[in-house]
This record gives sequence, C-alpha cells and structure tokens, in this order.
Amino acid sequence: MQRRHLLKLMGAAPLAGAAGRLMAAPAAGNAKLLVVFLRGAYDCANLLVPIASGTTDDFYRSARPTIAVPRPGQPNGALPLDAHWGLHPALATSVMPLFQKQQAAFIPFAGTDDLTRSHFETQDSIELGQALDRGRDYRSGFLNRLAGVLGAGPLTAVSPMAFTDQLPIALRGDAKAANMALGSVGRQAIDARQSKVIEAMYRNTKLAQPVVEGFAVRDEVQRAVKEEMEAASRNAMTSKGFELIARRMARLMRERFDLGFVDVGGWDTHVGQGAGTGYLANRLEELGRGVAGFAEEMGDDAWRDTVVVVISEFGRTFRENGNKGTDHGHGTVYWVLGGGLAAQAGGRVLGEQVELSQANLFQNRDYPVLNEYRAVFGGLFARMYGLSPAQLDRVFAGVAPRDLRLV
Amino acid sequence: MTTLRAAVGLGVLGACALVLLTGCSTGPGSGRAVATVTLPVAPVDEATRLLWLNRVSWGASTATEAQLTRRGLGPWMREQLNPRPAALPTAAQAQVDGMTISRTPVDQLAIALEAQRKAADALPDEDQKKAARQAYQQELNRLSREAQQRFVLRALYSPNQLQEQMTWFWMNHFNVNVRKDNLRALIGDYEDSAIRPHALGRFRDLLGATLRHPAMLRYLDNAQNAANRINENYARELMELHTLGVGSGYSQADVQELARVLTGVGVTLRATDEPAPRMRPALAEDYVRRGLFEFNPQRHDYGGKTLLGRPITGHGMAEVDEALDRLARAPATARFISRKLAVYFVADEPSQVLVDRMADTFTRSDGDIAAALATMFSSPEFSASLGHKFRDPVHYALAGVRLAYDDRVVKNTAPLIGWINRMGEPLYGHETPDGYPLTQSAWASAGQMTTRFEIARAIGANGAVLFRTDDGAPLERPAFPALAESGAVRAALPGLGADTRAALADARSPQDWNTFLLASPELMNR
Repeated sequence: MQRRHLLKLMGAAPLAGAAGRLMAAPAAGNAKLLVVFLRGAYDCANLLVPIASGTTDDFYRSARPTIAVPRPGQPNGALPLDAHWGLHPALATSVMPLFQKQQAAFIPFAGTDDLTRSHFETQDSIELGQALDRGRDYRSGFLNRLAGVLGAGPLTAVSPMAFTDQLPIALRGDAKAANMALGSVGRQAIDARQSKVIEAMYRNTKLAQPVVEGFAVRDEVQRAVKEEMEAASRNAMTSKGFELIARRMARLMRERFDLGFVDVGGWDTHVGQGAGTGYLANRLEELGRGVAGFAEEMGDDAWRDTVVVVISEFGRTFRENGNKGTDHGHGTVYWVLGGGLAAQAGGRVLGEQVELSQANLFQNRDYPVLNEYRAVFGGLFARMYGLSPAQLDRVFAGVAPRDLRLV
Repeated sequence: MTTLRAAVGLGVLGACALVLLTGCSTGPGSGRAVATVTLPVAPVDEATRLLWLNRVSWGASTATEAQLTRRGLGPWMREQLNPRPAALPTAAQAQVDGMTISRTPVDQLAIALEAQRKAADALPDEDQKKAARQAYQQELNRLSREAQQRFVLRALYSPNQLQEQMTWFWMNHFNVNVRKDNLRALIGDYEDSAIRPHALGRFRDLLGATLRHPAMLRYLDNAQNAANRINENYARELMELHTLGVGSGYSQADVQELARVLTGVGVTLRATDEPAPRMRPALAEDYVRRGLFEFNPQRHDYGGKTLLGRPITGHGMAEVDEALDRLARAPATARFISRKLAVYFVADEPSQVLVDRMADTFTRSDGDIAAALATMFSSPEFSASLGHKFRDPVHYALAGVRLAYDDRVVKNTAPLIGWINRMGEPLYGHETPDGYPLTQSAWASAGQMTTRFEIARAIGANGAVLFRTDDGAPLERPAFPALAESGAVRAALPGLGADTRAALADARSPQDWNTFLLASPELMNR
C-alpha cells in the first residue's frame, strides 16, 4: 500500500474531511513537496508523444515534419507509456524507470486559463495562483499561502526553500521562506561574530527576517556541501549542472526543508529544437537525470513521502513553425513523481484528455487546458496534507479541487 | 520643498523630431528642447545633495558630490538630462580605447568571426578543428567581456551618470542575452550604437535602432522570420515588452500580423562590398542593407495586413516603420514606459498620478525620454522617495566601489563584474527578453542578503583586487579602502540609524568597519 506513508497524515479523514486540522502526529512533518518550474514553455508534445496508430499519429507527424519524435521501435523512437502516449527517448534511463516503478505520472492538457501566451505574464499568474478576473496581489504566491496554511494546521512548522538566487513569486508572502542557489556554493566570508553584528543592524528593519534566515540557510547549505565533499572523496560524485543542484536539493530537503521550489530555463525553442535528439532532447535528458538523481539522493524512506511536480507556463504550438521550432501555445504536460504515488496514479497518464485531432486543437493551434493547474494542485494538496475545503480556499480562492488520486 | 513643475519647452519639439538623430540630444542650440528640472530655489544641504546623487548617479562619490556642489543642483540636473559628449578620466579612457570593440566596426568584426568559424568547421583534422573552434569561442568570450568592462568603466567614471543609468535601463528593457548565437560579438555595438545615443532621446528612435540591430534580430529570432515561414517571437515581445505592455489590448491576431510585417527583416554576414542578392527589379527597389542589417524583400510577405484595428498601407521597410510609429505613439506605450521609468527611479509601486503626468509629457513631446524624466525629477513624489529605493545588484556593486574608491580608476574590473554575477544580475546575462526585475521583492531575499554581505566584505576588506592588473602581482597594502576618510561617507554618517552606528562602533578593524558600513541597511537603498 504505497499511499500509506503520505496518507498517514490524514488519519481516517476522507479527502476534504470535516476536521481539516489533523492530529499532531509525530510524523506530521514528513510530507515533502518540490515544485520544478520549466521556464520558457517546454514543448510537451515532444515529451509525451502521441503514438496511437492511425489518425492521431498521422496528425502528429504531418504537423511536425522535421521535429516529430520517431515512432516506438525506430532509432531514438518514443518509449510507449500506454496505448496513446510515448515518452521522449532522452528519458529512457532516468524517468522511464521511475514510471515503470509506478513512481511517475503525467497529466497532459494541464495549465492555466490565462491566454496571453506571454511567458512572463503566465509564469507570474501561475506562481500567484490567484483568480484571473480580479486585481492581483503580487506579494502572495500559492506556495507561500500553502506554507501559511500548513504552518497553522497539519504541520506544526513548515520550512519552505527556493533553490534559486531570487525568491520566486510562488514563495513570496507572509510565511517566511528562504532561498539560495546551489549551483556554486562559495567559501563563507562573513564569520559568526560579523553575522551577529549584521543581524543586529537589521533587527529593526523590514529586512530583519531575510537577513536572519539567510545566515541560517547559508550554514545549512555549507554543512550539506561539506558532507557532499566528504562523500565524494569516498564515492566520487560526478554529477554536474542540474543534476548536481538536484542532488544538493535532495540532501537539504531530506533533512531540513519540507517545501521546495526550483526553476530550470532554456525551453523557449522557436528555432531548431530537434526531435529524438538535438537541443530539446539534451535539455530533457539533463532534467531527467536531475529528477532521478533527486529521487535517489532522497533515499527510499524520504522519497516515499515526497512529491515532485514539474510544471511550465504553457505548451507550444502543435505544428512546427518555419524554423524547425515551435511558438507559444497553451496547454502543457505536468509531471508528478514520488516514491508514494498511489497505485491508481503511478505509471499512468492521468486527468481529463481528448483525442488529438485538428478539431480538438485550441484555436486550431495548441493543446486545450482541460486540467486547470489550481484544481490539480488543490486535489494534490488535499490528499498530501489532508487540507479542509476552508484551508484549500486560502491557497486557491474559489477553486474546486480536482482529485486525481495522485497519492 | 515647494511645489514643483516640469519645465519642458514643448513648442520646438516638432523640429526636434526631425533632427534628433543628427545631434538633437547634444544640448542647447541643436534644435531640441532642453529638458530641465524645476527645483526649489533654496540652496540644498549636503545630505540632500547626497540623496540626489545616490539616485541620479550610480552612487555618491566625493568627486561627483564636489561637481554637483560646484554647479548647483539645478544646472547639474540639466546637464545630466542633456549630456554632451564627455571623455572619461584618462586612465579609464585609455582602457576603453585599447579594446577591440572600440577600434573595429561591428560589421567587420562579425564578418571576420563568421569566416573564422567557417574555416574552423572546414578543417579536416579533428584535433585542429576542435582547437580552432575553441579559439573562435574564446574570441567571442573576450569580446563580450570587453563590453562588460567598458560598461563598468563608464558607469563608474562618466560625468554623464544619468545617461549611463539610462543606458543600463534600456539595455534591460530591450534585453538580449549574449549566450545566444554570436551575440557576444554584437553586444558592445548594440549598447554603443543602438542604445546609448538614444538613452535620453526620442523613444521612437530608440525603438527603431533596436529593431535594426542584428543583436535583437538574432536574439528574438526575427532573422529567421520569412513569408510563409513565420516566427512570432520578436513580434510578440515587441508589443508585450518593448512598447504596449501585456494586457493593453492587442490580440494573438495582432501578434501574427506584426510577425508578417516583420518578415524579411534580418541579418546578413556577407562581405560589405558584395552586391545585393539577385531578385526581380520590382523587389530590388525595396532591398535595404546597412552594416549587418538587411531587409530582404524576397523573404517579405507583401500581402495586406491589419495591425491594431487599422490597415498597414506602406510596403517593404516603410511598412515596418509604419508599424513602429503606431506602436511607439500608442497611449498604452506612453503609460507602460512611464510606469517602468517611475519604478526604476521612484518606487516599486509608483503613484498613478505621477505615471499619468509622465505619460502626458511623453505623449505631448512625441516620446522625448528626457522630458518624461524631467517631469518625474520635478515631482514631489520623486523628492519624497529619495533614499527609499532598494538597490538592485548592479546598483549595489557600483555604488560600493564608487564610494570606496571615488575617482581613482580601477585597473581590473573583473572582480566587480564577478560580484555583480554572484548577486544574480550579470550584465547581458538575463536569459529571457523581459529583463531583470526592478523591484525590492525580487532582490531582497534571504539568499541575496547573505551574498551582499559577502560582497560588502570583499569590497571593504579586499578591494585592492580592483587595482591588481594580473593575478600574479601581490595586492597593494593596505588591501582595503579608506572608507572612513571619504568625504561622502563622513557626510553620510550623521544620517545613519542608531543600530548601524552601534555596529560600526563594534568594528574590530578598519576592514570590519568598512564591511559593516557597506552591509548596512542604509547602503542597500539609493
């Protein structure tokens, strides 16, 4: 029963149970969530490749004369996931094994109803997670509101962390959140005494909290990296790029942080994106290695209580453009990974779907959004943390959660 | 301060628009209205002068403070808004003059590099090929490093401080990223010929100059945009980020129509003396080449187009300019640009009243940037905001070095560029076309603060690295600046908060004192 580790938080309460606030069991702090944001709108139609033979496959290949991923069985061909979808071959040794172990799932036709097709507008609006038809509060991201709800409810203390050099909008808000990029961790230049003096300088300013939190996180990260160095001398760690960052994230999340955020750029492929190999394939390969490295570094126990969700602001045009690339589209594919994905979710392609045909393209251009992201996240949060409708409403106001029974 | 008012002679702006490119922004007598700031008549005290300096320049220094005191705030501001060409201090100018990007026109540079790239690819021996490709990449890296160094030297020492700040602002507004393609070879010229000359000029000229620059056309893929092979990338960002602003009323159909307008607008790396490509005479008339810029009629979609509800009537490049006129003069553009300027210079959430007044000036002056800025500088909102705008990393690093070393010219800008990189705002390094955010919430995170304190220590305890010309040479002694001796610091001390003064009193060494001062909450703001 893979669900039990995540569901232990919920006790006997059903989804959206009346109690909402759950017993403060000792294990209440175990559930961990990492959101990976692919900035630049990755081409989801080459991540999940339509492989159903016949019209769908024909439509995919005729829309993408030079960038279609080859059919399963062909060199660099898609890896079949079910009767309809294949996975990009660059993920053969990283994400595919997780999928086969029922530790990965995909949700196509996911995204936001925001239709600007602007990267920046849509990234902001997703990170804010607020209604589109009202004024926005740019100081309140959805992960920060989740942290607020959890800190006051199911978890006695929640420790959010962005593994980025700027605090992302998703984590801005009232709940305290730290950030630090892990790509290059330098020598500590400010010693303990100086840190104290500087903290005192800021104690009566609005920056007091980030200053204190910054020093605390710096010390944690230094310690984790020191361990990594020590481990490396015994068991040489060769990872680099995103995989190195992902493995560091795992060490920190295993020990210290419950709620993580990281972003990965480089997905805006207007020109020459490639097919089974090429630019996009290389990006996917690096991402896949990172995700698999994260799972491995977490270790079986912590991984069972962890959910990783990979999102992007939107998808791209279904048809390739004049430059063997793709332009801005609408619906995309979300990834959900975790050692405790439910039996009915792990190893599956989930959510509302529609057959791929010209008639079903949104504005004759791209994927429609059938699985609105706030509803999907709401359903996940309800299950992971046993949130009540009132608590969920504080995270995503006015949104009915969609329960995909992910965990 | 008394009520303030913008004083911009709008009467002669019509004439100005025609001559702006030929020196309109050089000041009085050139035909352009001189943008001036209306200031209170009472003399301003030293503390107020420091506040203005910290906002209008890249950071207060004793030398600039003396310059401002000598000229008086009003005349100094007029000079800032209407800069005349001015040399850098000799030691800085010599560094700039020695750079390849200063000596070689960009078209020569790019064409030669393209030849080098092709020659490398054609080598039969794999090892030789690898070495030649590496040499090509290293040359590109060296050129973009030169551009960074030149920017830093100008920001530190140019008397035209406002022009330098505006150059950064527009580089950010019209952001390109050097990691793409051969942009490392183009970036210096993009800044020097497309951005800086128009930084305080007319917005329409600036917009037109960015559209005609190969850096922009490459970065946003318009060099690939051709009839029946549409690439929407540039068209979208042109409306969303450069002019109208997202949500201002244009549609997906407008994006597609503008992309069609922009077909054929591209880049050529053919030798400058090579004849134009052969094409039908009717089309050949429309062919345009200027440097690396090329409008190729064979790639252009000559069909009828509608943009923002009105047809486009011109043809060829005239069509493109018609579209730019429409975008540059749209009321949404005046509001969008004015707001962004106010965010940069006044407050993260500028008052709508201020933005409206700036937009009004912008519209009435046909997009005169200095005029819109003059309205802003004259406003009570601006005076009230002094000292309260959080420094982004570039401001923070440059202000620290200006304060620490005044007009003593650094010999090695690499450490400073490294500090800027560490804080996450590398020059020409923002990946996406939106540019870096300009607000405190983006830069005041926990991780950022810790990094800033480390940089405060680097400047305060080890700043002599800026004067070490090669890595082998020993650092001079002492290796830190005499911050406590600086006139600007002494003038600022009484204004520091009690907690900051207590920290300074806790310092155990001059290096410690410098570090705490540079790490203080007051130094985070401008």
